[in-house]
This record gives sequence, C-alpha cells and structure tokens, in this order.
Amino acid sequence: MGSSNSSVNNIPNAQELMQETGFSAAHILRLHERFEFLDKHKCGQLRLVDRPTNQPQDFGAVQELALNPIGDSIISAFFSPGQETVDFASFVRILAHFRPTDRNQSRDGAQQEPANSSIRKLKFAFQMYDQDRDGKISRAELLQVLRAMLGIQVTEEQLQSIAERAIQEADLDRDDAISFDEFRKSLEKVDIDHKMSIRFLR
Amino acid sequence: GPFFWRVTRVNGDVALTHQESRLNPSKSNLNQTEHGHGSVITGIPIVTFKWHHVETPYLVALWILVAGLGKLVIEANHHVTSVIPESALLICFGFILGGIIWGADKVQTFKLTPTVFFFYLLPQIILDAGYSMPNKLFFSNMGAILIYAVIGTCWNAASLGLSLWGCHKGGAMGDLDLGLLQYLLFGSLMAAVDPVAVIAVFEQVHVNEVLFIMVFGESLLNDGVTVVLFNVFDAFVSLGGDKIDAVEIIKGIISFFVVAFGGSLVGFVFGLLISLLTRCTKNIQIIEPGFVFVLGYLAYLTAEMLSLSAILSIVFCGMCCQKYINSNMDERSVTTVRYVMKVLANGSETIIFVFLGISAIDKEIWVWNTGFILLTLLFVLVYRFIGVFFLTWILNKFRLVPVELIDQVIMSYGGLRGAVAYGLAVMLDENKIKEKNLMVSTTLIVVYFTVILQGITMKPLVNWLKVKRAAVGELTLIEKVQDKVFDHMLVAIEDISGQIGHNYMRDKWNNFEEKWMTCILMKPSARKNRDYVFKVFHKLNLKDAMRYVTEGERRGSLEFVRNETAFIDFKKKFDDDFSEVMPDIMIWPDTARDPVPSVSLEMHEQTMNGMRPLEDVNSHHLLQQHLYKGRKQHRHRYSRSHFDVNKDENEVQEIFQRTMRTRLESFKSGKMGVAPLKHITKHLKKDQQQKMPNGKSLDKSKTYHSGDEDFEFSEGDSASGFEASASSFPMRVTYRAGAGIENPAFMPDLDPMAQVQIPPWLAEAEVDSSMVAPSQRAQLRLPWTPSNLRRLAPLRISAHSTDSFMLADAPAAQQRDNDQLPPPPPPPAPPHGDHM
Repeated sequence: MGSSNSSVNNIPNAQELMQETGFSAAHILRLHERFEFLDKHKCGQLRLVDRPTNQPQDFGAVQELALNPIGDSIISAFFSPGQETVDFASFVRILAHFRPTDRNQSRDGAQQEPANSSIRKLKFAFQMYDQDRDGKISRAELLQVLRAMLGIQVTEEQLQSIAERAIQEADLDRDDAISFDEFRKSLEKVDIDHKMSIRFLR
Repeated sequence: GPFFWRVTRVNGDVALTHQESRLNPSKSNLNQTEHGHGSVITGIPIVTFKWHHVETPYLVALWILVAGLGKLVIEANHHVTSVIPESALLICFGFILGGIIWGADKVQTFKLTPTVFFFYLLPQIILDAGYSMPNKLFFSNMGAILIYAVIGTCWNAASLGLSLWGCHKGGAMGDLDLGLLQYLLFGSLMAAVDPVAVIAVFEQVHVNEVLFIMVFGESLLNDGVTVVLFNVFDAFVSLGGDKIDAVEIIKGIISFFVVAFGGSLVGFVFGLLISLLTRCTKNIQIIEPGFVFVLGYLAYLTAEMLSLSAILSIVFCGMCCQKYINSNMDERSVTTVRYVMKVLANGSETIIFVFLGISAIDKEIWVWNTGFILLTLLFVLVYRFIGVFFLTWILNKFRLVPVELIDQVIMSYGGLRGAVAYGLAVMLDENKIKEKNLMVSTTLIVVYFTVILQGITMKPLVNWLKVKRAAVGELTLIEKVQDKVFDHMLVAIEDISGQIGHNYMRDKWNNFEEKWMTCILMKPSARKNRDYVFKVFHKLNLKDAMRYVTEGERRGSLEFVRNETAFIDFKKKFDDDFSEVMPDIMIWPDTARDPVPSVSLEMHEQTMNGMRPLEDVNSHHLLQQHLYKGRKQHRHRYSRSHFDVNKDENEVQEIFQRTMRTRLESFKSGKMGVAPLKHITKHLKKDQQQKMPNGKSLDKSKTYHSGDEDFEFSEGDSASGFEASASSFPMRVTYRAGAGIENPAFMPDLDPMAQVQIPPWLAEAEVDSSMVAPSQRAQLRLPWTPSNLRRLAPLRISAHSTDSFMLADAPAAQQRDNDQLPPPPPPPAPPHGDHM
C-alpha cells in the first residue's frame, strides 16, 4: 500500500480526487495508468478529435468503442460542451458515476451529491440520449440511439414506431419529448445502482 | 450414477404394480374366479373381465387421476393455499390416501420407488426448470450459485455427517451400528437442497429475482455434488474404512469434476442437437415439439448411462436450447412446448408430493431413534444457516450488489429437502448399512419438516422480514430500451477504463454467440427481427391488439379502431345526447386521449398481418356464419398433420367479394341500388390502402380526408349508418337499404321483408337488441329460422352505430327509457369530422 500511495502522490490533485469521488488510491493509480496509456501525446489531456484529420483521437485507441453502438455518445459524455479535451480529473469524475453506491457511508448533507448517487447516474444515462443538452430527449434523439442499437435488424418505419411508443410511455406532459423528470419516473422501478455500477470500481 | 439402480432395478417399476395388485385382494380374487369360471365354460364369452391384462397402465392412470383430482380439490380452497403451500397440502393428501390404503390393506402397497422417481417423474421437472430459466440472470449470478452449490453442499454433508458421528460417539443416540463413513454417506444424501421442493415453495412466495435465482440455481446445480458425494461415500462404505487411501480420495475429487462438467457437456451437446433439429422441422411442424422432449429425455438418460450428472445434463440442455428453439419453431409449437412442459412438470410434481405422503404410511420403515432424528433436524437447519452466512460473507466482498442479511435468512430457511434425498435414501444397500430404515425414516421426517413447516412459515417470514419482492411492474418499452443502453454503456466504460470485468465478458460472449452460434443454430428467417427491444415492442403491440379485439367484441365491431372518434365515453354520451333526436355530432370532444397509441396499432398491422383478418372476421362474423356455413362444412377435412385445413381466410374473403358483386348486380337491377358498383370494389381496395398513409406517419391531418363518398363505403357499416341515423326514425327505411348494399349477402333474405315489414319489427328488434349485448350476440349462433334472420339486419345496423354501444354499456338504462321514447336515434359522429 505504501508504494502505491507514493506514486499516487505524483498525480496532481490525487487527494482531492479521492475525496471527491470516493475512489481509493489504487483505483486512482490504475485509472491514471490507463489515462496515460490513452494519452498518446503525453500532454495530460485526452482530445476528442485530431484537428487536421478529424479522426477520432485518443479514445480511438479503445478499439471496442468503435463497435459499441453508443460508443460515440459515451465518448462525447466525457467532454463538457464546447470543449475538445478532457484532463485526468474530469476523466476520473466521469468514471466515478459508475462506482457502486456506498451502502453505509453517509455524507453530510451540505456536500454536493456524489457522482455515484442514483440521481447523478441517471443524469449521466440521460445524457446518452440528450445530445444537444437541452434537457429533453426529443424524438429525433431517441431515434438516433435506437437506430444505433437496433441497426439493421429492424426497418426505419419500425424504428419510428418504437421511438414513438417509447416516448408516449414516458411523456407525461404530452410535449412529444422526454424531460429528465419524466425519464426518472419511467425508470422508477429500475435499480439504477445495480444497472449503472461496475464491480471493479468499488 | 448407475449405482442408483443396481439395487432397485430388480424390483424397479414393477415394484409399484407388483404391490398394487394386492390393493383389493377380495376384488381381484373375485375377478380371478370369474375369469377362471369363464375359461371352463364352452361357449364364447361375450364379455370378460380382464383386470390383470390392464392392471399396470390402469393403476398408473388412476394414480395420475387421483393426484390431479387431489390438486384440484386443494387449489379450489384459496383461503387454505394462501396459508399452507400446495406442496405441504399434497403431502397431507398423501397421508390420508396412504391411511386409507393401509386401512384397507394392512400393508404398504404403494410407495415412491427410486426408479419411478428418477426416470419418470424428475426429468420433466428439471427440463422445465432449465427451459424456462432466465439465462441472463442465472449467468450473472453464476459465481455465487456455484459457490453455494458446490462448497455449500460439501459443507452441509461434511458437517452433518461429522456432527452426528460425534454425537454418536458421545452417546446421544444409543446403540447404533453406524460408523463415520455411514454417517458421511447419510450426510451427503441429506445435503442437497431439493429443486422440486424449492420450486414448489418459492413459486408461491414472490421474492426478488436475485434471491430466487440463487436458491433455485443452487438447488439445481448441487445435484452434481450430491451424486458425487453419494457415489464416493457409497463406494467407501463398500470398500470399508481401512482400504481408503489418498489415491481413492483424489479419485473421488476428480470424479466430481468429471461428473459435473461431463453432465453439463452432455446437456449442452443435446441442446445444440435440438436447436439444429428444429431448424429443419418446417414440414413436420405437428411433431416438432416432440423432439424437444425426446431429446431432452435422451440427454438425461445419456448422462445417466455415462454415470454423469443427469440433472445437470437436462438443466443445461434446456437452458442451451431455449433461445434457438423458441425462434426456430413455429409460434404454435413453442406454445405447445411451453404448455406440455408445464403440464408434465406440474403433474409429476403433484405425484411426487402425494407419494411422499403415501410413503410415510409404512410400518416397516419407521424406526424411531429420538437422538438421531432430532439431532439430524437440528443440524440440517443450523448448518444450513452457518454455511449460507459464511459463504455470503465471503461472496459479499466481491459482489457488486451484496446479498442482504434478510435475503440470507430466507436463503438459509429455503433450504428445503425433498424427494431427491428420499430417493437416495431408499436406494441405500441394506446389507452394507444396517440402519437403512432409520435413515429412510429420518429423511422422511426432515422432508416433512422442511416442506411442511418451513413451507408454511416461509410466507409469513418473508412478509415479516419485509424481503424485497419481485417487481411486478408493467412491461414498458422505455425500460427495455434503457436496459440495452445500460448494457452498452457499462461495456464502453469497462473498455475505457481498460479492465476486464463482468460486462466485458458478457459482451464478448454475446458477440461470439451472435457470430457463430446464432448463425449455425438459428433459421435464417428467424434471425431477422429478433432484437430484444423489438420483441418487447411486438409483445406490447400484441397485447394492445388483444385489448382491441376484446373491446371490439364488447362493442360489436372493431370499427372504432379505424374510426378513432369512437373513443368517447359512451356512458357519458348516452346521458348527454340521448334525448336529442339529432345530436350535434360535430361537437363531440376530441379531447379523449386514445388509450392505446395509434402508432403501435399500425405497427402491429405492418408486422403481423394478423390484425386485418381478425378485423374482417369480426365485422363479417354473422355473414360467414350464416351464409357460408354450408360451404365451409363441405370443405372440412380431418388431418392428423395439419391444423389449418379450413383456415384460409383469403378464400372466404374471396367468396365473399365475389358474391357481393353478383348480388349487387342483381340488386341494382331490382332498382334498389343506392350507390354505384365502383364504390364497392373501390372500397375493398381502399380499405387495404388506407392503413398505409395512416400507418406510417402520425400526420393526423391527412388521414381520412380523401373524399366523403369513398370514405363512407370504405368505412363500412358505420359510415352508412351515420347518414341514415342522423335523420329521424322513418328514414331508417332507406338506411336499411343502404345497409343491404353494405352487406349484400343479406339481401336475398331481407329484401322482400324489408319492404313490407319494417316499422313493426324494426322496433321490436331495437327492443330486442337492447337486451342482448352485441358481444354476446356475436358469440351465440342464432337459430337458423326466418324470424331470427329477419332480426339479423337491424342488429347488424345497430351493431355499428353508436347506440348499440350504449346499449352494451347501459342496457338497463336503455330499457328504462324505452318506455318513454321511440327507439333511440343513434348519435354517431361522422368519422371524418374530428377524428383522431
């Protein structure tokens, strides 16, 4: 443990990150290794695209992501709107969403909701759809996700109908879009902690 | 393993019948004398009584019947089954039956023999369990299940055996001729949680799915362990203590892996075989469900033959083939498989519990040894708790979602022992184990204790501890879509963080399965549209469609599906509009939000092609019934290999259209025509086209405005009904003529009478229709008499105008008002007005 702690100290803001996200030193260390592996230019930042070629940068090293139907949405979730780079702290903060919720540990109410609370998890999931970040899942946005996931297996008309139905199920105020509240209500019965946690991030 | 049968094969399943013949000695003696008498006389006997000829199958059938009737009686008393689980009641039913037999016979004549149990009763239960296993849930909890099944069971066996032996040494159970190995053998047969008992009890207590899959999966998988442990200790007992060395023990451990994995592998291979076979059974659809059962059973027997775990084999066979056979086989075959599976499993479960009860009524097996029996009961319960808590404590260090304390209690308490333990105990060799009867009776007591007492207390305990229950939410599409997003998201995050986790493995397996197994095992046609989200969508649409049909039958027609203005609260409308002779149809509210999204219905039409025929069948129900009956019957054939001899809807439609045309011609020549012919032919085509523009988009403004004239015809009966009924009562004469064109098939019967008799019997018919709801009418076949025929026409009219909806909804009110008012002028909406 001592050795890992010493290397954690080489990572800037490591202690604050651990405090904020709840990750252990070992986690931070491992994630930092991964970050450095992805960061090909060794500039401490991951870039969204390679400017001149417009090729997906850095995250392109993860080959599986190219096959993942919603891989692009995931990648873009790492980048705040308007920004094209992400530093290690933000990288960890995003991954912290997937840390299982602490059962026993109670935080003082003044503090900001931790990233791995179910509401923050849900917000992250909501972002997967809400590409334009207007706080609503429009039909087009839902359709895009559906198209990516169902792809060739169903026709465009069927996709339209599925999107239509899904929206109708969740849409309470009949505005033909799903707001975050509606999204949360429609997934009330789903155990978000369970569905959006990864074991090895515990 | 084969050792199971070594002892019992001799008297195997004949034992049952052999003993049964003594059931009613007096009667069978009588039969024999009669029979003997018959052989003496010289003439040809007209009737002979040959009981022995049919005895075996007859008794088997009778027992099945008795068990089934017992279940019937038990299930009829809901207030009892809500307190005491069915399995416990069935055992008690067995006690009573056994008592009766004992009273009549003074000897134990029927009991559950291991052969019958393991060969004829158990396989179908396990196959059903495997076939309906929630695979994803199972595999995501696989680690925990395996730990419980393997280590937990070993722990149970060892701790029970050793503790009993220790107590024996301590003098707690007097003088028993048992050594350590015998105790361990006993421990091993008592160790396994019984799948049959667990399914029976947990099915009625709806605990959360993770808890259920843990108990259930453990009970299925620990068979491998039980078989090996029993095998090994049985061999050790035969060998004798001094011949056991390290080599033998290592062989025992190796044989565990061979038995468990070999059994699973056999099951896997047979599962693949079934899947492959169902790829090419298109032409023998009628017997394709049979393959599933036969091959499943063969998987069981093959594993047994190779002395591998038969239960594991059939479990994995069912789990492995479920996905592929469900998509390969015809939908009806899948339903057949599901139902037959349930019938067999439920039936044998019933028989098993009844016979567990009956087996108790036997003086021979009851050897009482207070210390042995009570200590066994105590240790079984206590060690189960200790084992589960300890293993869960370790598991919770690694699990994403820890198993909660309450769940652990239920899991421990749900460690029911059952027929498997009893079957194993009966198979003990009396020559090697002198105290076999004590073991059998102790096993029975443990079984009764766990199934009856723990079974009864399970539900209150679950309620009291507030165990998380299974979510019984309605299936929603958005949830399923989100599930899929979650899956992809987790995989992506695992990829990004560069560690191999559970999701990564699952994704890899899914890709492999997609790429290879599906290609090989699934029909090309079945590979389309098998996306999960889409399936859910399809299922939801089917449900909607069923609702539509039910609603349509209630209202008398499916017209409202196309004509969405029909979505109004008819009861309310009745009050508002009834007194008006000519209701203002335009003010009907379009606020009514359609209860089912229209798009899903259209979707449904595109994908299923089932809706249209259904609708047509419904709206032309009476027509077909009364006009084409003769022809239909003429074409009726019996076929052993096809169901659908007579179900060609197109043919019927075709006949309908043809006759319609000719009758219209004759009608026109009779100067009764209201509309030209082209409209009718148009109508038929239009009708089909109409759903297309309407279906694809939700462009609500553009539908149904294609022209009133066409529309009226295409909208069928209701449309023409609107015109007429919007006017006052006498106008109905012409309206009826219009209806005649709508369904010209009625005309030959109706025309002459329609001219003369309208005013008197129309009123009569209206009153008539007020008493009978349309849906009932649709189901009842009216007697084929002229007067009834006459009645058909007005019924037909009213069935599609809204007043009959009202009648269906409020017949009483209608009748009350009939006294003051003329038959109610229906207040229908013009379908093109404000619909949608």
